[in-house]
Amino acid sequence: MSEVSAVLVIAHRDLVKLLRDRLRIFADFALPLTLVLLLGPTLQAGYGQPGGVEVTTFVFTGVIAQSVWQSASMGIISLIADREEDFSQEIFVSPISRYSIVAGKIIGESLVALPQALAVIVLAVLLGIHLSPLTLILLLPTVLAMAVFGGAFGILVLSNINSQRTANQIFPFVMLPQFFLAGVFNPIHDLPPVLAFLSAISPMRWAVEAVRHVYYGTQSGLVTPELSPIPLVVAVIAGSFLAFIVAGTALFVRSERNR
Amino acid sequence: MIEVEGLVKRYRKAKRNAVDGISFGVGAGEFFALLGPNGAGKTTTISILTTTLAPTGGRATIDGRDIVRESSSVRRRVGIIFQRPSLDQNLTAEENIRFHAVLFGLYPYRPVYALMPPDYRRQVRDLAALLGLQREIFDPIRTYSGGMRRKLEIVRSLMHRPKVLFLDEPTAGLDAPSRRTLWAHLRTVRQEHATTIFLTTHYLEEAEQADRICIIDDGRIVAEGTPAALKADLSAEYVVVDADDRGRLRIELARLALPTTGDGPFTIPLDSRGVHATLKAIDTPLSLVRTESPSLEDAYLEIVARAEGERNE
Repeated sequence: MSEVSAVLVIAHRDLVKLLRDRLRIFADFALPLTLVLLLGPTLQAGYGQPGGVEVTTFVFTGVIAQSVWQSASMGIISLIADREEDFSQEIFVSPISRYSIVAGKIIGESLVALPQALAVIVLAVLLGIHLSPLTLILLLPTVLAMAVFGGAFGILVLSNINSQRTANQIFPFVMLPQFFLAGVFNPIHDLPPVLAFLSAISPMRWAVEAVRHVYYGTQSGLVTPELSPIPLVVAVIAGSFLAFIVAGTALFVRSERNR
Repeated sequence: MIEVEGLVKRYRKAKRNAVDGISFGVGAGEFFALLGPNGAGKTTTISILTTTLAPTGGRATIDGRDIVRESSSVRRRVGIIFQRPSLDQNLTAEENIRFHAVLFGLYPYRPVYALMPPDYRRQVRDLAALLGLQREIFDPIRTYSGGMRRKLEIVRSLMHRPKVLFLDEPTAGLDAPSRRTLWAHLRTVRQEHATTIFLTTHYLEEAEQADRICIIDDGRIVAEGTPAALKADLSAEYVVVDADDRGRLRIELARLALPTTGDGPFTIPLDSRGVHATLKAIDTPLSLVRTESPSLEDAYLEIVARAEGERNE
């Protein structure tokens, strides 16, 4: 029972910290909003509708997945710096299990990622992107699941680095390439073999495809971009989620004390 | 209460041990101070004893619990004041207290204060009264002064009634009045709960109040004992004298074959000679007599300098 309380407290703390930090909320929203507001429409104006796919909508569905997935994984990776800062120090010396820390952190960072998705959705409505009530209802749990998936990836990365310096340096290698390999704003289904392989092993890609399946699957009258089959997307996400969480947590618990 | 035997820590990829085979014991209710220059291994030692860092070798127990095999049980028995602030700035004091209490399993989690058990709310009211913060307890930490934050951390760290309270340079960055009230508060805590205190500090006057001091340098223990014993180890008690007729005094001191240093005022180490005998032997009318006994700071600096001298040989 006290472990459940501990998980809830850790998650609660992450969420409250976000909500009280207006500057951070603003900064968190800046990138996804810029992409949806500026990148989508400008690409659309320049390229029109390649293959009949609306670029603004395509970018919107990509960004919504990318922003929550990335926010949750970067949030988890920030544990590396937190270990020596503020209240997080207390978390590490409290008698709770290390697994509870990981669980609380993943739930917390997933909740923290959610407002970004909501902001993107509100913006999408203002931009005139079509959203049916069913889409909205289904999008919410999907987005939350993708945040949890991103958090699991974060744990795996976290368990393999040992300083904040490394954490800052890996961003251009681990996150940035996935922007493009995941197909957030570019098509990825006719890539040369090497890029196709890299795209297939980019976890973010599957989060993007899952969100697109939910969006395009519940909208009528829209040309659907090329997507991997649903069973494959579900299987890849479920399999890699399990692998990340098991390996990541085990490695994290071990490496955390063996500095 | 704390037993440490041959503790070794070598960080990954480090060429030398950060802690190099230290052993010591701290009795229940004792006030123990660990001193040493920056990088001597103080924080590493505290991190190992509080189970956030695994030792490379050796063993340690706290209240009979092994810090490696029974880490969760050890964590329940210790409280820690970290070198860096461990309060969340944007959270209120009450939230910082609540999160700690829930993590230590004292109360179940509830999302807001009003829903927390009455026992908890009573405890918070008592803590607030103790700190004189009845109104501010629901204000964010960033509105608090540095001294008040430290006090809040101490009050919080005692909520789960730890057997040992670790304080890692708790007064670094605090002004003199805040340091003083903090120590007054800690003295009360010791009297009321008989908590064992394990302190690392740079301020020698704080260590002076300790029952026992251990000085480490470069990962090794170079001296250990009560503050009085450490000072007594240095026979550096001396008397400083001067006279209006300095020339006459100089000749007389030379004739008495006293090992003086300085060319007025003259410093005479006392060694086994007493002050009285030394002064009695001097006929020249003295204009200045001052006896000096070593402070803990003198002892500390000499011990560290000696250790470094030995290492360089």
